Amino acid sequence: MKNRYSIFSLIKNAFSYHENWQKAWKDPTPKKEYDAVIIGGGGHGLATAYYLAKKHNMTNIAVVEKGWIGGGNTGRNTTIIRSNYLWDASAGLYDHALKLWEGLSQEINYNVMFSQRGVMNLAHNLQDIRDLKRRTHANRLNGIDAVYLSTEEVKKFCPIINTSPNIRYPVLGGTLQRRAGTARHDAVAWGYARGADEMGVDIIQNCEVKGIKRNGDEVEGIETTKGFIKTKKVGVVAAGHSSVLANMAGLRLPLESKPLQALVSEPVKPIIDTVVMSNAVHAYVSQSDKGELVIGAGTDDYISYSQKGSHDIVEGTLNAILELYPIFSRMRMLRQWGGIVDICPDASPIISKTNVKGLYFNCGWGTGGFKATPGSGDLFAHTIANDEPHKLNAAFNLNRFISGDLVDEHGAAAVAH
Amino acid sequence: MFLITCPFCGEREQSEFKAGGEAHIERPKQPTELSDDEWAEYLFMRKNIKGVQFERWNHAHGCRKWFNMIRDTSNDTIKAVYKMGEKPPVK
Ligand SMILES: Cc1cc2nc3c(=O)[nH]c(=O)nc-3n(C[C@H](O)[C@H](O)[C@H](O)COP(=O)(O)OP(=O)(O)OC[C@H]3O[C@@H](n4cnc5c(N)ncnc54)[C@H](O)[C@@H]3O)c2cc1C
Ligand SMILES: [Zn+2]
Repeated sequence: MKNRYSIFSLIKNAFSYHENWQKAWKDPTPKKEYDAVIIGGGGHGLATAYYLAKKHNMTNIAVVEKGWIGGGNTGRNTTIIRSNYLWDASAGLYDHALKLWEGLSQEINYNVMFSQRGVMNLAHNLQDIRDLKRRTHANRLNGIDAVYLSTEEVKKFCPIINTSPNIRYPVLGGTLQRRAGTARHDAVAWGYARGADEMGVDIIQNCEVKGIKRNGDEVEGIETTKGFIKTKKVGVVAAGHSSVLANMAGLRLPLESKPLQALVSEPVKPIIDTVVMSNAVHAYVSQSDKGELVIGAGTDDYISYSQKGSHDIVEGTLNAILELYPIFSRMRMLRQWGGIVDICPDASPIISKTNVKGLYFNCGWGTGGFKATPGSGDLFAHTIANDEPHKLNAAFNLNRFISGDLVDEHGAAAVAH
Repeated sequence: MFLITCPFCGEREQSEFKAGGEAHIERPKQPTELSDDEWAEYLFMRKNIKGVQFERWNHAHGCRKWFNMIRDTSNDTIKAVYKMGEKPPVK
């Protein structure tokens, strides 16, 4: 049993100089066989394992991670969480996740620092205004909170924005989802890992999957750097490396993997208490609890697994940031990094069965899957346990690329993240 | 960020170019005969290789010509550049 985290456990452990905290998860050697194996120990993979154990009583399972848990895109993203997507299928998917976020810290007894500080999306031209208004209406029809703001209302909500009509891309309006916000990325991975571990899930780090073994149309197991693991069900949740794993099983996916960058500034006093995103000029900014400005840039346009992006992308983003927030002109940037994102042609994810029995993929989240972590895990667990999708992820199957029933969220979803 | 040697203009910064994705995907000769599965393969399914990949590039802010490139996507090193219609110089 895990000791519960609370104010009392914090005080108690202070007396022993925080040296006696219980381990949050074990470091097991892999068993010979599991009922299911999840490949990829990011937030989505760990959440999948958590819900498999919690809701479907599948506890003889493992999560296999080539590096350390949360070291992929989960630990590299700008943590924007929102559900104001255009289409009904997306609205259902992302709002399911948002509702889970609202109770997540209590559910997993781990403070994920979910902060509903609102997310504002800016409009810079007539087409932006039309798109954002259309999306606001669509959101409200789906029961998702959304309001359209005038330039004055944008300024009132976030006073440091430069709303002068004389800038290159003037702010003509915007939308606001107040239930949206941010969360602590690492905590999400760690909290789910701790919860899953408590229910008996093996979390195996430093274990790279090198092959997926098939017996005809069925999965038999996986080849890893820690030996062969037998299993009838494999759930792949490997973000930018999804195609690499698909190729191991002899499949192809409709994905392209590209670098996406972010950067943070030196910490400063509270200056921006919401998240502001702009699609047209491609810049997003929020402020972390430590005080750093967290800035998201765009993707490079070429396929790469190098986990670093191009300088000109960052330069373009910072140009936009400076025009929108002249107050930041003296800020120094502390760190910059990249993650490899798996981009789908319709900018929507894949949570799906495949032609191979027992092989499931959860991928294609591209630049915007952090927000979906709890929902994605819940629905993927359902799909794996029942060998059938849940109604909320039925539209996000692989077959849509054959039937043409795409969920086109490009641009329609406000912005990439 | 890396440098690309355009076969027509010489060495330029990567930001002058537009990546065109996987190369040598042949357009179906008889589109009307294609099944939905085959259309999906042609339109959407990609190798998305981690390692040596054949791809198309366009010198968008230069001569605006298309050409092919062989590049290692795990570290962005370019192995070869060759013109459209030419045979790849390496395997
Ligand atoms: C810079 C940046 C900013 C972003 N900003 C946002 C944002 O603001 N909001 C938002 O919603 N989303 C954002 N995203 C996207 C988001 O980070 C991802 O969609 C999400 O975190 C994906 O989670 P995951 O668990 O699927 O992937 P990951 O956390 O990447 O986990 C996949 C894991 O699989 C492991 N793996 C891969 N291959 C193997 C193998 N062969 N064997 C074993 N393990 C393997 C990897 O090591 C990795 O840990 C951003 C992404 C980046 C890079
Ligand atoms: Zn040229």
